[in-house]
Amino acid sequence: MKSDTVFKYVLHLIAVIILALLSLIFITLFVNSLPSIKSLGLKFFISTRWNPVKGEFGALPFLVGTLITSFLALIISTPFSLSIAVFLSEYFKRGALSSVIRSGVELLSGIPSVIYGFWGLFVLVPVIRNLELKLHVPPYGVGIFTASLLLAIMIIPYSASIIREVMKLVPADLKEAAYSLGATRFEVLKGVVIPYSKSGITAGLILALGRALGETMAVTMVIGNANVLPTSIFAPSNTMASIIANEFSEAVDSIYLSSLVELGLLLIVVSAAINIISRWVIKRTSKV
Amino acid sequence: MGYQKDVKSLMEKEINKNLENNQSFIVNDKHIFFRKIYNILFKTSIILFSIISIIPLFLILFYVLQKGITAIDWDFFVKLPKPVGVEGGGISNAIIGTFLIILMSSLMSVPLGVGTGIFLSEYQNSKLAYVVRLFVEVLQGVPSIVMGIIAYLWVVRPMGIFSGFSGAIALGMMMLPVIIKNTEETLKLIPHSLKEASMSLGVPYYKTILKVVLPSSISGIVTGVLIGIARIAGETAPLLFTAFGNPFMNLNIFKPMNSLSLLIFNYATSPYQDWHRIAWGASLFLIVFVLFTNLVANGVAKKWKVEF
Repeated sequence: MKSDTVFKYVLHLIAVIILALLSLIFITLFVNSLPSIKSLGLKFFISTRWNPVKGEFGALPFLVGTLITSFLALIISTPFSLSIAVFLSEYFKRGALSSVIRSGVELLSGIPSVIYGFWGLFVLVPVIRNLELKLHVPPYGVGIFTASLLLAIMIIPYSASIIREVMKLVPADLKEAAYSLGATRFEVLKGVVIPYSKSGITAGLILALGRALGETMAVTMVIGNANVLPTSIFAPSNTMASIIANEFSEAVDSIYLSSLVELGLLLIVVSAAINIISRWVIKRTSKV
Repeated sequence: MGYQKDVKSLMEKEINKNLENNQSFIVNDKHIFFRKIYNILFKTSIILFSIISIIPLFLILFYVLQKGITAIDWDFFVKLPKPVGVEGGGISNAIIGTFLIILMSSLMSVPLGVGTGIFLSEYQNSKLAYVVRLFVEVLQGVPSIVMGIIAYLWVVRPMGIFSGFSGAIALGMMMLPVIIKNTEETLKLIPHSLKEASMSLGVPYYKTILKVVLPSSISGIVTGVLIGIARIAGETAPLLFTAFGNPFMNLNIFKPMNSLSLLIFNYATSPYQDWHRIAWGASLFLIVFVLFTNLVANGVAKKWKVEF
């Protein structure tokens, strides 16, 4: 009887440790970004000058860079991830073609980010450079567009799998009713499946956006690392994650380090909010 | 048969009458034609887009295989990296570093993860479980670079030195949610009757969990650990300022340590051709390792499926 009590205490203790772990993560980030929050305040988010040597820390270029790359990646990837979800959940539920696409997407999600970056640097960058020469824009090769393209490839498997889960939740009798009225597949999708799972699909896309916001290695390798406000989508830039990856180990004085930690805090807060809200939306759809 | 013929001729008469009387029937026919066309167009574009989206996979795999295969030979696995300008050399230190870091992360996250999984399935509807589940979801969404910052602030700064150990802490935290979710899902599949049978024989609760429930769900737990390993094996961002990288062989976990992913990053962004070649070889090895681990995880999940 006594050991049972101990066992139950241990289980609860472990659960509390998990809670403490995440809380400590937030507290650590907050405490360590205090020096920068105190001395820079709101200027941190609206100033465009990032010059650690002169002690100027304005993170606006990175906020803008992060938002543009992630949204562009989301826009590029959405038609593809929606197609894969429809393909696997409506058209080809089983069979050879279905397993090719399914395992292809699974493998795509298994490739490490650094290898995406490496491949992007040596294959995608020259291709984009040629494209830029044809478009008569400065042919950097690296830049926001390249990073977005690479990010789009990386988030397709993630959003496709969530959208597929959501589409599976559409009740079969609704779809069958539409079919029995003579609706075609396309009309069933347009009139039943998409409206029913609209909020879930949106939540899935937002989760994918959260994934794109925090993605580091691939972006760092192809974005060009320029600490200025981007002028076009082909210009080199930096995201919050890539500036941390590039400069964190060089950051010696406390304000420099703390301003990078503040970016990390911003990243974790945004991704936590995105996660909680979208999971809640998805759960609500599955209950109806 | 005669009856069917009658119906057919009746229908034909009716249709002919319709055709003569008004044109709406034909319009309707056209309408159906367009609906079918839309349907076919939509299906084609869905198939097209789906196939386009896995083309990058083949491009990447092909390119890495083509470039990497030339770098791989026996020396590649057993020798240390050579300085710039010296041909040859291997990545033995990175391979050993990667496995050491994975081992340490697993040692840290498996007990904690399995314990949390047991808690979540045993106290499914308690308030604490609800909060823990929420926290686990958030933990899963934490960007990997932030884990690196955390491990830096917790371990590297107080100790004053980059270390493989701090890298393992960052990766362990990334592995945790995967293990927790898989353990919980598997334990939920174990029927109550199994537990009740054990308890009715007088086996104490803790022994029932540890000796009856856990062993029968071992395949799900192993799958979770393997998926977790596949997830962290290629992670680079959390190691940048924790394990840091090291051109020499190092088995001391409190010193800077090299890993495959760090080596790929450092070599890929260097200007030396010979280093690129080695990085391609390392990429091939890493991809094969990650895909193989995923494959084994799927195999374990299928072969020793939890079924009652």
